[in-house]
Amino acid sequence: MTNNSSAVYVRHLRVVRGGRVVLPDLTCSVAAGQVTGLLGPSGGGKSTLIRAIVGVQRVCSGTVEVLGRPAGAAELRRRVGYVTQAPSVYGDLSVSENLRFFARVLGVSPGAAAGAIEHVDLTDHAGSLVGRLSSGQRSRVSLAVALLGSPDLLVLDEPTVGLDPVLRRDLWGLFHRLAAGGQTLLVSSHVMDEAHRCDRLLLLRNGELLAEGTPQALRERTQAADVESAFLAIVDGARQEAMS
Amino acid sequence: MTPRITGAVAGRVLAQLRRDHRTVGMLLAVPSLLLGLLWWMFDGSDSSAATFDRFGPPLLVVFPFIVMFLVTSVTTLRERASGTLERLLAMPMGKADLLLGYAIAFGAVGLAQSGLAVGLTVGLLDMDVRGPVWALMLVSVLNAVLGTALGLFVSAFAETEFQAVQFMPALVLPQLLLCGLFVPRDTLPDVLGAVSDVLPLSYAVDAMQQVQLSATWTADLTVDLAVIAGSALLALLFGAATLRRRTA
Ligand SMILES: Nc1ncnc2c1ncn2[C@@H]1O[C@H](COP(=O)(O)OP(=O)(O)O)[C@@H](O)[C@H]1O
Ligand SMILES: [Mg+2]
Repeated sequence: MTNNSSAVYVRHLRVVRGGRVVLPDLTCSVAAGQVTGLLGPSGGGKSTLIRAIVGVQRVCSGTVEVLGRPAGAAELRRRVGYVTQAPSVYGDLSVSENLRFFARVLGVSPGAAAGAIEHVDLTDHAGSLVGRLSSGQRSRVSLAVALLGSPDLLVLDEPTVGLDPVLRRDLWGLFHRLAAGGQTLLVSSHVMDEAHRCDRLLLLRNGELLAEGTPQALRERTQAADVESAFLAIVDGARQEAMS
Repeated sequence: MTPRITGAVAGRVLAQLRRDHRTVGMLLAVPSLLLGLLWWMFDGSDSSAATFDRFGPPLLVVFPFIVMFLVTSVTTLRERASGTLERLLAMPMGKADLLLGYAIAFGAVGLAQSGLAVGLTVGLLDMDVRGPVWALMLVSVLNAVLGTALGLFVSAFAETEFQAVQFMPALVLPQLLLCGLFVPRDTLPDVLGAVSDVLPLSYAVDAMQQVQLSATWTADLTVDLAVIAGSALLALLFGAATLRRRTA
């Protein structure tokens, strides 16, 4: 049941890391042009799923289709922007040197580098060494790199962790502006109260997809007051099921 | 391979080095200082000129080799550990772009380094060289690239910078002992002679001796240079094999 409106389609994905089955059999999809939240407790397999979608994870079986192509295909490398969980930028270069380097690698104009810095609100720090920035600023530099070249799909692994509430709100605002412009975003977080900021949600726990749908649908399903308690209800339900 | 991307990598590596004044200072000055020390050590003895002439040229290739090996293994280890390698390999970056970018950047540093060292030994300290000075430089730069390529390769097998640095004595010191500097290679015990035949540094030292003793280009020199360049290429290929787009 491949869906035209899905930017990512994961079918029966199985991933084993270091002898542990991290994703036993995962099937899910990411809707095009929306902000999808990948939520769940730490160790649940969010980063592993993200790595499989970007095509850097060795997988055992199953298929991952991204923008109509198998994940990791060479044509996708310029159409998918990826932010790893730890900021992957050069601490001994300035913000703009980092952005200009990655812009050259991607073959986009140096003007795009300045634009990306502006998007993450770091223009005032463009000349600062990345290693001297706060950890929140560093992760925004890493995010800026992923914005270069306006990729069709942005896959962001915990981009808002460690940021203050104002910055978090601003970044979610940016994510929705990008989605309104036609880009697809998959954003992971272990902070459940970010759920209500997403158009769609995937709840991953212990490698299992516990729930998939809009925040509203999840609230209605569990009759919870907000998405956070809906998630907790679903997690508790799954736990009781596992124990009985 | 894309020249734009290769150039971006080389430029970035050099920009990172420029920021690190201490490392640049060490890279450029240490080989010259050590060669100066060597010259001074033998200054008092009767055969001083002859001894300096014997040890100077081989050391002109050994120092750049060691220094480049160390700097590259640590730099690329950082690239693997920080996640920037994973990010680059998820971009339209060829493995050859990355490897050649590094080789070009450190090759350029090697050129500056050996330029200084050759200038000092031949120009100021009167090291006796019959062949062309540019051939000395060529051998020296090829060795710097070989050191870079080996450093890239071993960085895949180290998890910490401390481990990476430990590869230096393990990989470099046996080559140094067997390269003909201490005992002429043809008088080594058979087994050691055979081992020294497959170590690239033996050919580098031999090439330096060829340049030193012969005013004209020799066939042996061509062979030596081909072996060094081939070894560097082989090490780069091994290095490429350790760059995996998909990891566990
Ligand atoms: N490189 C690795 N080798 C072995 N196991 C790993 C590796 N990375 C993660 N894991 C394991 O895989 C599981 C899922 O991890 P991860 O995908 O990082 O979860 P999350 O991002 O949701 O916190 C964890 O149990 C973790 O210990
Ligand atoms: Mg994670």
